[in-house]
Formats: sequence, C-alpha cells, structure tokens
Amino acid sequence: MKEPVNTPSLTDRVLGWGTFLAVTVALYLVFMWVPNEKIQGPVSKIIYFHIASAWLAFFAFFVVMVCSIIYLKTKDLKWDIISYASAEIGVLFTTIVLVTGPIWGRASWNAWWTWDHRLTTTLILWFIYIAYLMIRSSFNEEEKKARFSAVFGIIGFIDVPIVWMSIRWWRTIHPNIVSSGGFAMDPSMVQTLLVSLGAFTLLYFYLLRKGILIQKMRSEFELLKQELGTGR
Amino acid sequence: MHMLTGIRAIVQKDLAAEFRTRELLSSMLVFAVLTIIVFVFAFDPTKAVIRQVFPGMVWVCFIFAAVLGLNRSFVSEKTNDCITGLILCPVDRSVIYFGKLTANFIYVTIVEIVTLPLFAVLFNYKIPLQAVPALVLVIFLGTLGFTAVGTFLAALSSNARSSEVLLPVILFPVTVPVVLGAVQATAAILSGALTAEWVSWVKILGAFDAVFLVVPFVLFEYVLDM
Repeated sequence: MKEPVNTPSLTDRVLGWGTFLAVTVALYLVFMWVPNEKIQGPVSKIIYFHIASAWLAFFAFFVVMVCSIIYLKTKDLKWDIISYASAEIGVLFTTIVLVTGPIWGRASWNAWWTWDHRLTTTLILWFIYIAYLMIRSSFNEEEKKARFSAVFGIIGFIDVPIVWMSIRWWRTIHPNIVSSGGFAMDPSMVQTLLVSLGAFTLLYFYLLRKGILIQKMRSEFELLKQELGTGR
Repeated sequence: MHMLTGIRAIVQKDLAAEFRTRELLSSMLVFAVLTIIVFVFAFDPTKAVIRQVFPGMVWVCFIFAAVLGLNRSFVSEKTNDCITGLILCPVDRSVIYFGKLTANFIYVTIVEIVTLPLFAVLFNYKIPLQAVPALVLVIFLGTLGFTAVGTFLAALSSNARSSEVLLPVILFPVTVPVVLGAVQATAAILSGALTAEWVSWVKILGAFDAVFLVVPFVLFEYVLDM
C-alpha cells in the first residue's frame, strides 16, 4: 500500500499559513488602514482586488506558456499538470477581474462596460483560455491532451500582444468616451496595493500546489480503477 | 525547392479530390450565399445603415464559410486513415501544413470571389473601382491570416471527439486581430478614406500573418505527431 498523497508536506503547510497571514494583513490594510480615494469613496477599494487578480491571471498564463514549452521539450507529464492547474487559476482570476471591473466601472465611469482596450483584451484573454480548457476536455488520452493543450498554450500567449495592439489601435481611432488615465495614488494606497499583490502571489502558489495535488490524485484514482478492472 | 514540390503535390491532391466530389466547395458557396440572404432579412437592404455594416457583413460571411471548409480539411483525411499516409511522406511536417494551408486558401478565395460581387449586387452597394487594389490586398492578408491559424488549429482539433464544435470555439478568440483589422481596413477603404487611415491595419494584418506563418514551422510537428 502506498503512502496516501493527501497529507500536506511542510512546504504546503508553510505556504498555506503564509498565504493566510498575508491575505489577512492585506484585508486589514484595505478595509481598516488605507484612506478612501477622495472622489470615488469606498468603492475605490475594489482596485486592490481588481489589479491583484489581473496580475495573478497574467502571471498564471505566463506560467502556462513556460510549462507548455518545457512539456513539449521534455514530454514529462509533470509540466502538463502544472500548466493545467495554472490555466484553471488564471481563468478563475480573469473571471474575477471581469466581474470586479464592471462593479468599479459602474461607480466611477457610470457604465458597466466600455469597449476600452484593456477590458476588451481581458475578455479575449478569458476566451482564449476557456478554449484552452475546452481542448483539454475534448481529449481522452493523457498524452494527446497534454501535447495539444501545450501547443495551444503557446499559441494563445503569443497571440495576446497582437490582440492588445490591434484593439488599442481600434479604440484610438474611435473617440474614447472614458478617459483611461489612472488616478494619482497616495503612498499609503501604493503600499496597500503592493501588499495585496504579494498576498495574491502567495495565494497563486498555494492554489497551484492544491491544483497539482488534485490532478495527481485524479490520475492515481484512474490508475486504481484500471487496476481493479472496473474502468468506465 | 524540395519543399515547394511537396507543397504542390499536396495541393494538387487536395484540389483533385475536391473537384471530383465538389462536396466541400459547393457547401461553402451555398452557405456563404445563405449568409447573405440572412443578412438581407436581418438588415433592411434599402436602409442607409447598410453602408456602415457592409464590411462587417462581408467578413462574417467569409469567416463562417472558411470555418466550414477548415473543419473538413483534416477530418476528411481520417477516412481510411489517409492522415497516416500523409504523415509517412518523406517530407518535413511543415510541408503538409503549407500544402493544406494553400488548398484552404484557394477554397476560401474562390468563395470570396463569388460572394463579394453578389453582396454588392444584392445590397445595391457600389464598390468604387479605384478601391479594388487596396481591397484585394486587405482580403488577401485577412484570408491568409485566418486560414493560417485556421489550418493549424483544424489539424489540432481534428483529433478531438467533437472537432466540428471545438474548432470555432478555439479559432475565433485567436483570430480577433485578423477580424478586427480586416473589417476596419475594409471599412476605411470602401468609404474612400486616406491611405494613412488603413495602412496601420494592413501592418497589423501583415504582422499577424508573419507570426502565424512562422509558428507552424516550430509547432506543427507536435500537432501531427501520432
């Protein structure tokens, strides 16, 4: 009988508590410490989650591309599992960006959605990685699933800068209703944002490890099913 | 030189098979014309709004017809396991890609040559004669970009259980720059705008084409690996 994989290792425990602490500190800073933005009021606090989620999502997709390249080079399924877990986290946090964005936009721009280049690119990014997950779910064989999704993971990431460029050019031709200039930030706001970014980065690694663990358990489960001969 | 002979052989094979059965091209053409009919019903062709949405309609029609053809491009090779024969050819994998790309490009171009005049006639839209060279350039670049990514992803999705459903879903997000660039450039050209207004779109289309013609050199071998 093999050792069950679900006992958390020391790294997991340290990472888990570290994330918990960082998120708690970030929440305290966001809700108790940092002053409200002068014009927008309390709703401006959403940026600490919005920007941090966007950062996390982009980082996750970058990891997908790097692990996809390494997978195609080494053919080691370990890298495929990492890119899958990372893509799932990326899609989740892009969804959070797309949900928090309109809430903030409604309050500060008085419109839920504008076809601004950042919003539009994020939406397309979301669709690209939804496609990535759909490719994964349309193949049964582990090896094919890994290979094709790795190829798409690379293509998708290469595509993002071109999408960004084309959409930005599109929006500069049309008159932009919403000026996309940011607001000047107080040092305390910058500090809170940085802590928030750090906390989300820790959260990413924590979720990534959890995702990898789930994948490993899943493939172990498949193996056990095959061994018992009761597959399907 | 060896590469060109290989590409030509694959294109000839595809075209010969196609012109014997005519199943792909005929359904692409009928579908494209049906799309025009749907647009006629959706937007009243006598209204002035047609002038604004005309470039968009044209490209939606082209792209939908192209997806129809791309879907069959590699799936048709599954019959009698022809794809294995193709892979066993003593050529580089990218030769197969460029052969398939050329064949797809020819199909889509034929559809475009037939449907664009039909669009102009049915919507009573006058295409200025001096705009034709620029229009041809944009349609060429747009079609090339779309079929370049499309052929690549069609090869990828042809292995999937439900490839017909998968291809559009994975293809459309990636080709956003092509659709955007082609529609905007076509609109600018048709409205008689200055060259400076659409030349940047041509540049974006060119950049996209260049990137996605180079990527298959590196990645296509992984897509066709058995």
